[in-house]
Amino acid sequence: MADLFSLTVDSRLEHLGEISDFVGQAARASGLNANQINDVEIAVDEACANVIEHAYHGRADGTIDITCERRGKKFVITIQDFGERFDPRRIAPPKTRVPLAKRNVGGLGLFFMRKLMDKVDFDFSPKHGNRLTMVKKIKSKSNGATPNRR
Amino acid sequence: MAATVNSKEYKHVDLVEVSGRIDSGTAPLLEQALKKITKDGRYRIVVDLSETEFMSSAGLRALIATLKEVRRFNRGDLRIAGMPPKIAKAFELAGFLELFKVFDNTVDAVGSF
Repeated sequence: MADLFSLTVDSRLEHLGEISDFVGQAARASGLNANQINDVEIAVDEACANVIEHAYHGRADGTIDITCERRGKKFVITIQDFGERFDPRRIAPPKTRVPLAKRNVGGLGLFFMRKLMDKVDFDFSPKHGNRLTMVKKIKSKSNGATPNRR
Repeated sequence: MAATVNSKEYKHVDLVEVSGRIDSGTAPLLEQALKKITKDGRYRIVVDLSETEFMSSAGLRALIATLKEVRRFNRGDLRIAGMPPKIAKAFELAGFLELFKVFDNTVDAVGSF
């Protein structure tokens, strides 16, 4: 089970559906259950939307490389771009437990990625650009219900 | 998977039916439909999500921006009908379930106004 799935697209929001389908199929083939596939699809969608809107500032001529791989009991996704450096520390977490008037409209994308994935790691170098690695622990053969723990 | 957003104007409420995939590329469709309603001075809105297959934070942003707009001066509300479980999870994570009134179907949601 060392299949590597890869997809390269240019930086257009129109590709988000295709990216989601690709990641969903890779996750299914790697043994994730329906709930986990949904989590992964949301996290990748948010990550790629961030790349297009913030790293490439809406330019359509950038490249996004996405790979998915099962490593043991982990589903590992890497998303690489060559746009502006992304520093997650600059993004304030949203206030999700305050009254409506105090809610920010933005900031949810990164928050979702961190909530839905077991590990989210940003790396940047001038050579390889932004490289985001996200990991989801695989709970296969489950219908999505939380297993009982002792 | 594309998205479609249809608006229907009734006497007391506007119904916005959302189907397909709402992401950063398609959320402007939803945003524009909602803005058109509030610009016309109508502030009672039901958003039907029963045919929505995916909604990212971009869709949630459009909904909460409109919720703030319609609740200003206590003049109206935006209520959700037919929320699929996958989308309910995003609402829950964002802390939106405590902000929006959610109904099983459009009949109940429209009737709640």
